[in-house]
Amino acid sequence: MDLANLVPIPVLLPLLAAGITLTLARRPALQRIVSGTTLGLVAVLALILCLGADAQGPIVLWVGAWPEGLGIVLVADRLSSLLVLVSSIVTAIVVIFPSRRDIADSADGAPVSVFHPTFLVLTAGVSHAFLAGDLFNLFVGFEMLLFSSYVLIMLGATKERVRAGSTYVTVSLLSSTLFLLAIAIVYAATGTVSFAQLPERLAALDPGLQLVIQLLLLVVFGIKAAIFPLQSWLPDSYPTAPASVTAVFAGLLTKVGVFAIIRLQTLLFPHSPLTELLLAVAILTLVLGILGALAQGEIKRLLSFTLVSHIGYMLLGVALGTEAGLAGAIFYIVHHILVQTALFIVVGLIERVGGSTSLARLGGLASVPLLAALYLIPALNLGGIPPFSGFLGKVALMDAALEVPTPLAVAAVVAGVATSLLTLLAVVRVWQRAFWQDRGEDDDRVHSLRVLPRVWVFASTALVLITVSLTALAGPLTDYAQRASVDIRGGAYQLAVEEATP
Amino acid sequence: MTPTLILAVAGGALTAAGVYLLLERSLMRILAGLMLASNGVNLLFLVAAGPAGLAPIVGQDPEQIADPLPQAMVLTAIVITLAASALLLAMSYRSFQLEGHDEVADDVEDAIVRRRAEADLSSEAYVELTPEAQPDTESGGRAGDAR
Repeated sequence: MDLANLVPIPVLLPLLAAGITLTLARRPALQRIVSGTTLGLVAVLALILCLGADAQGPIVLWVGAWPEGLGIVLVADRLSSLLVLVSSIVTAIVVIFPSRRDIADSADGAPVSVFHPTFLVLTAGVSHAFLAGDLFNLFVGFEMLLFSSYVLIMLGATKERVRAGSTYVTVSLLSSTLFLLAIAIVYAATGTVSFAQLPERLAALDPGLQLVIQLLLLVVFGIKAAIFPLQSWLPDSYPTAPASVTAVFAGLLTKVGVFAIIRLQTLLFPHSPLTELLLAVAILTLVLGILGALAQGEIKRLLSFTLVSHIGYMLLGVALGTEAGLAGAIFYIVHHILVQTALFIVVGLIERVGGSTSLARLGGLASVPLLAALYLIPALNLGGIPPFSGFLGKVALMDAALEVPTPLAVAAVVAGVATSLLTLLAVVRVWQRAFWQDRGEDDDRVHSLRVLPRVWVFASTALVLITVSLTALAGPLTDYAQRASVDIRGGAYQLAVEEATP
Repeated sequence: MTPTLILAVAGGALTAAGVYLLLERSLMRILAGLMLASNGVNLLFLVAAGPAGLAPIVGQDPEQIADPLPQAMVLTAIVITLAASALLLAMSYRSFQLEGHDEVADDVEDAIVRRRAEADLSSEAYVELTPEAQPDTESGGRAGDAR
């Protein structure tokens, strides 16, 4: 099993590179090259893992090969290797963006040199959370990514960012404490935290205790994933960070929470789907999120609210508790990571070209056709316009929901369609105001992409092209997601872990 | 397994006090709350570890040694809390530097949205904002026909 030795690389390589970039603190150009190549390499390895997991089932590595399963286990099944792949593609592209001006534009002497090391630790944490084979390592992965996100969200420590960071840090610390509490309860009740052993032992517990554990973990992961009613920290904290940081946070961090919910619902509690509760929560997340977005006058906040809203789609797929629903949710996660990151990056470009992200102050950006195209394509994709992957993902989810003949599932379909339309309204409103609104006569600035480094334009175009190419890749990806969900529900995970135990 | 009552009660009390402090606005109180709550959870890990026993060294009688795994977890948790406390201290100090106090303020955009809602205005995104100095200018009313 040579492939097994590749499993820890997506965690180790970024950590190593983080050390290297820290020593290169005075040479930002070199830092960028080191982190770019590292993350590119991780993406290649993740692709190999992805294909390997697809061909031979979950790849398991017991780190250190301690006897009797005492050590840490890392598992790359279809779902986790796919998510590692997507996250490394996104991070490899986004790491190109930050420049001294971008990060420090509002704070003099901001420590730009810490950006790359912290960013790499963040990606290591995300990969670790995806690959972790037990509850405690999932916690450690969460903490790694959270601590780097604390630093990144307060980069430069301006007044605004410290205020936004305070909310974010406090809420995250609370959720971490709850997570630890849940782990203590799980360990006291079952004597293990391993994902492979837990399903059997949890099923033997008293039903009331089972429900307590499930709901406690659901709250913890719900805070990370920003589902209603645990979402209000997100729109307050994300928009103030630098554009590239917000892009990665929006794309990845909430999806780690959704991933954890999938693990919880399918692996740990396969017989207690809580369909009604989760469907109701999903509907509320969808509707309230998008209504919040419609009230915003600032693009980054508007997009943060659509982010919250669209978490509802993924939750809907998980809540149904069927293979089709799960496959739809997996496809939607991949689509949404890419599209949301692309949109936030483009908003970063809009901020640089137009000088603001407030709809009241922007206007006339349509004079820059490339920027307009870069915004419009992912925006329509998010809203679910037919040729794009957003449409395909939503159709798959609606289809799965209609197979479940309960009134609540039908209500979820209605909420999903309404949210899709309202998302379109929100993003088209931005399009109309920022790109076509007249700026007034006293403003004689000429908008041009020339103010941007050329590599930014290339990188964001590449990202947008990837989101478009999802349409072409939708067939294989849907099949893959289907196999992944069959995999998850079929118990392949536990079998593979037990087989690999040294 | 019979849990130790004193540990469980102490853990619960610490966590409750911690949660109370976490709800405050001042970052120093939040810091104190975090430390109390996480220590409370650490005590609960000791409850989960079961009865005390011999040092868990390979070769000892497995029946008599204490369970080492929760202790390893508590150790990790303590380290993480230490880092979080340092971060919160730095944040609190930075906030004090910038504003003279360490109370977390309301979100600015939130306040705008709320003010507009209270005044029964529609959202900023929907209002036709005419540029303040709607001018008369030489380019001949481009403001009108651009939309």
